[in-house]
Amino acid sequence: MASRLINLRPNRRVAIALATLPFILSILIYLVFSAARLAENPNDKVLPAPSSFVETFERYVLEPDVRTGDYLLWSDTLASLYRLGSGVAIATLVALVFGIGLGLVPVVGSVFSAFVTAVAMVPPLAVLPILFIALGLGETAKIALIAIGIGPVIMRDLALRVAEIPREQLIKAQSLGASTWQIVWRIVLPQVLPRLIDSVRLVMGQAWLFLIAAEAIAAQSGLGYRIFLMRRYLSMDVILPYVFWITLLAVASDLLLRLLRTWAFPWARGETKAP
Amino acid sequence: MSNVVVDNVWKEYETQVVLERISFETGEHAFVAIVGPSGCGKSTFLRLLMSEERASRGTITIDGEALPPEPTPERGIVFQRYSVFPHLTALQNVLVGLELRDGNFFGRLFGRRRRQARAAAAEMLDHVGLKDASSKYPAQLSGGMQQRLALAQALITKPKVLLLDEPFGALDPGTRKDIHALLLRLWRETQMTVLMVTHDLPEAFTLATRVIAFDRLRNRPEEKAAYGATITFDVDLEAERRWQTMVPQAPVAEAAP
Ligand SMILES: Nc1ncnc2c1ncn2[C@@H]1O[C@H](COP(=O)(O)OP(=O)(O)O)[C@@H](O)[C@H]1O
Ligand SMILES: [Mg+2]
Repeated sequence: MASRLINLRPNRRVAIALATLPFILSILIYLVFSAARLAENPNDKVLPAPSSFVETFERYVLEPDVRTGDYLLWSDTLASLYRLGSGVAIATLVALVFGIGLGLVPVVGSVFSAFVTAVAMVPPLAVLPILFIALGLGETAKIALIAIGIGPVIMRDLALRVAEIPREQLIKAQSLGASTWQIVWRIVLPQVLPRLIDSVRLVMGQAWLFLIAAEAIAAQSGLGYRIFLMRRYLSMDVILPYVFWITLLAVASDLLLRLLRTWAFPWARGETKAP
Repeated sequence: MSNVVVDNVWKEYETQVVLERISFETGEHAFVAIVGPSGCGKSTFLRLLMSEERASRGTITIDGEALPPEPTPERGIVFQRYSVFPHLTALQNVLVGLELRDGNFFGRLFGRRRRQARAAAAEMLDHVGLKDASSKYPAQLSGGMQQRLALAQALITKPKVLLLDEPFGALDPGTRKDIHALLLRLWRETQMTVLMVTHDLPEAFTLATRVIAFDRLRNRPEEKAAYGATITFDVDLEAERRWQTMVPQAPVAEAAP
């Protein structure tokens, strides 16, 4: 038995048990407080009883909405994922092209470097009204907000990653007769793709933030729209499961990106920085 | 044919003269070792030879032709580190040389040309003793194997001149001996001229046909910026070896107990 705390390592089974402990604990705390409040006032809406979550589940997942005929959780999820996916995809693509340009080609760097730095400083939410005015209240403005919000961050990160590629490799490629485009396709692009995935993983949280903000302000569907709609009725029995569901989606997308990275880039295993 | 002629080359940065009055001619199929203290400008000199930078004064020619303004396949290079591409397997690392030289816009070859290139790359890999490692990534190879791979990669395009910047500096002595033998074999099999920077004098004297030393002649602090390193020492080992074979001597090797 180690005498120092820093040398004390739980074995695998204990580690799993320890990891689930905080989750179980917070559920228990919720149940205790919920029961206490409901005992005082059966109409209390702040901490609904577990049974009301089951009702929500039935209403939103299993039965179509009386007004629209949609299964609300699914239609909200699809609407949100479409916006999120489009925004992230556009941001990633643009960031990839410009990031490689900025990091690799000095002329592109001279023209755009200061501009991108300045644009990255604009608070995206401050741009939201402009987007709604210019692009209308439809999907375009929401997708644009996400893309504008995370694009410059990914772009700058990628430009740094490209600039980090050792000078020796670029000289080497040239000494093998490579043109600039061949260097991009064969040397730079494959090496920054795993880093691009890391970058995207890190900005996904922000992407969700912009999505929910845009949906809160102007939308007829979407996870963020539903949460802010239900806020008016203090419907915690809907809001809490929605928040839980969004968290689950975020965790799943992070996991998928991580799996994609290890699967697609076996050479880059072990250099992941984010856990 | 690969005669490198360096004529009165200077390299100055804004604040500092790094190299001055460098002149020599390698002759064909030479193996020149460049030695000198750390920071005296050996890597800078190779960067000039690679067209990564331009000489401030003077000219460098290969077989009578001035150096092109950019790196080209007639000059191969191996660095101490980062010579091979981490995202390609050993075989791909060698193959990529042919794909970049002969391939399309995307740096790819197809069909029969690809198969021929693959076969050539596999043969080269076998030649440097890495046949069994062909599907491994550089991170999975030892330091010595990585430098073997770097040699294979540099030589697949058959450069006229091979530049080496302390290529074996990070290797342990045993590994180094093996790779020395490999380098000599590769040099003898081709017509290329080798210029190798090293800080290891025994290495320079065992491998090279000629050893050139760079050093600063003026080293007082107030002179440091205004004067660069130049050639302080130039031994033609071939001539020495020839001389030794001409003059009958006590057979050293046999006299040893
Ligand atoms: N871009 C540069 N600007 C100014 N000084 C430089 C530059 N590159 C190299 N030097 C100087 O040139 C000298 C020689 O460097 P280098 O060629 O790397 O030496 P070596 O390879 O012999 O150890 C060093 O003193 C370094 O400070
Ligand atoms: Mg050096």
